[in-house]
Amino acid sequence: MRTFGKIAVIEFKLALREIGTSFVAVLFPTVLLLALGAVPALRHHDAVFGGQRFIDVFCPSLVVITLSFLGLNTLPQRLGGYREKGVLRRLSTTPVHPAALLGAQLLINVVLASAAVVLLMVTGRIVFDVRLPDNLFAFGAAFLLGMAALFSLGLIGVAIAPTAKAATGILMPVFLLTMFFGGVYLPRYMLPNFLARIGDFMPPGVQALQDAWTGGSPQPLHLLVMAAIALVTGLGAAKLFRWE
Amino acid sequence: MSIIEVRNLHKVYRDHVAVQDVSFTVERGEIFGILGPNGAGKTTTVECVGGLRHADGGTISVLGLDPVTDRDELRQRVGMQLQESELPERIKVWEALDLYSSFYREPADWEQLLNLLGLADKRNTAFKKLSGGQKQRLSIALALVGKPEIAILDELTTGLDPQARRDTWQLIENVRDQGVTILLVTHFMEEAERLCDRIAVIDTGRVVALDTPAGLVSTVDVEQRIRFRPSVPLDDRLLADLPEVTSVHRTGTQIVVTGTGNVLHAVTSVLARNQIVAADLRVEQASLDDAFVELTGRKNNN
Repeated sequence: MRTFGKIAVIEFKLALREIGTSFVAVLFPTVLLLALGAVPALRHHDAVFGGQRFIDVFCPSLVVITLSFLGLNTLPQRLGGYREKGVLRRLSTTPVHPAALLGAQLLINVVLASAAVVLLMVTGRIVFDVRLPDNLFAFGAAFLLGMAALFSLGLIGVAIAPTAKAATGILMPVFLLTMFFGGVYLPRYMLPNFLARIGDFMPPGVQALQDAWTGGSPQPLHLLVMAAIALVTGLGAAKLFRWE
Repeated sequence: MSIIEVRNLHKVYRDHVAVQDVSFTVERGEIFGILGPNGAGKTTTVECVGGLRHADGGTISVLGLDPVTDRDELRQRVGMQLQESELPERIKVWEALDLYSSFYREPADWEQLLNLLGLADKRNTAFKKLSGGQKQRLSIALALVGKPEIAILDELTTGLDPQARRDTWQLIENVRDQGVTILLVTHFMEEAERLCDRIAVIDTGRVVALDTPAGLVSTVDVEQRIRFRPSVPLDDRLLADLPEVTSVHRTGTQIVVTGTGNVLHAVTSVLARNQIVAADLRVEQASLDDAFVELTGRKNNN
């Protein structure tokens, strides 16, 4: 446990040194919220959004950016690189199993994603008076399950790809799809209904995040599907993952 | 009991047999070399010894342990340096040593290792900013940080410049003097000759010879070659008639005499009797290089 803690601390330091990736994932959603919120039209209460503002309903999509970026980009690239460069193999010559490094990577990406969301919420609340999720517990559940589903997809990408480059190649279309269905490119109210409904079940499950955020609670089916995706792809990744 | 015992090791990869039948033993305190051409099965052999790969046949005992079933205990007591294995780009030298030392029950003092390996002034440097030689030294330091009883070093000096290579050899000798047994994989003759107490020559997955460096050289029946420039013109027959001499020929102003046994003495005696001075005299004798070519080349020709 002490060793795992040490690995996690080092991995965290290394992640912070990668300004390009980690910081973008953590800061970008908040920066985007500030930029969008600066446009007066996006701060108008509108019946289209059930009396809320665009910036209120767009927040879950900003969470999608962070999760997709970390889960389908940063994490797979880092792990693929570690495998390719023999970092995992090097570790397997020591008393520590390379799985510890994988665990540490998962942990720090969870921490980074959580930090990004907290930063987004706090900034939104202070600057634009965006409501905090009514049901924090439900939001936490939707967030964790969505993240688990997305990170598992990232892991299975690394598991089946021979190199870090190939993993990025395989995961790029998935990344674009999760961003699209998460309403990042085109706000979800502009999507045809059937596309929006597909998006409900696309990791990380933007509708569940939305439901937990702006009132009520997420639909159990949405959460269940995320859990199922996480379980199936997670087990698949564990089975297929090659250490070298 | 020997510290490492390998018997009839056999390892097959999907498309080819990497190790056919390899047996050797290593004694405590030895520097034992595994020498062979590229693709001979050297790395596979030591990776089986280190428990990184599972043998398909034969038995391996390291410190009385089975590398597969006693994996955890083996890892505590055996340090390994692998070919082409890197560290995260941005990890600093001290961080890597500090981290790796935390993996072991009784780690070495890594500050001391840092000094020993001449990396003290690089302690805050990121891995990717290190030169090839420095990376290699860090890699050796990581193999030693657990205070291992055995260090397995694979292609220790590949890619190093001659000075860095010599420094590394000196370092390995120091490590051995501290009582660490060393299993060294190399394809450099000079390295094997300088460092190893005994050498197993491996070719196409088999041990083709196992001896001390001097022993290996002596198995090769190679002629000596003597080159010199005579101070006055010289009749070839004077030398060619000697029983030890097998041939005499000239290249430019140089005479090249080949022969066996005491040929050097015979030639110099004749020259002395005739008051001829041999300028630029050079004697070429069999080296480990010749032994190696003889041992591994012969099979390739068949």
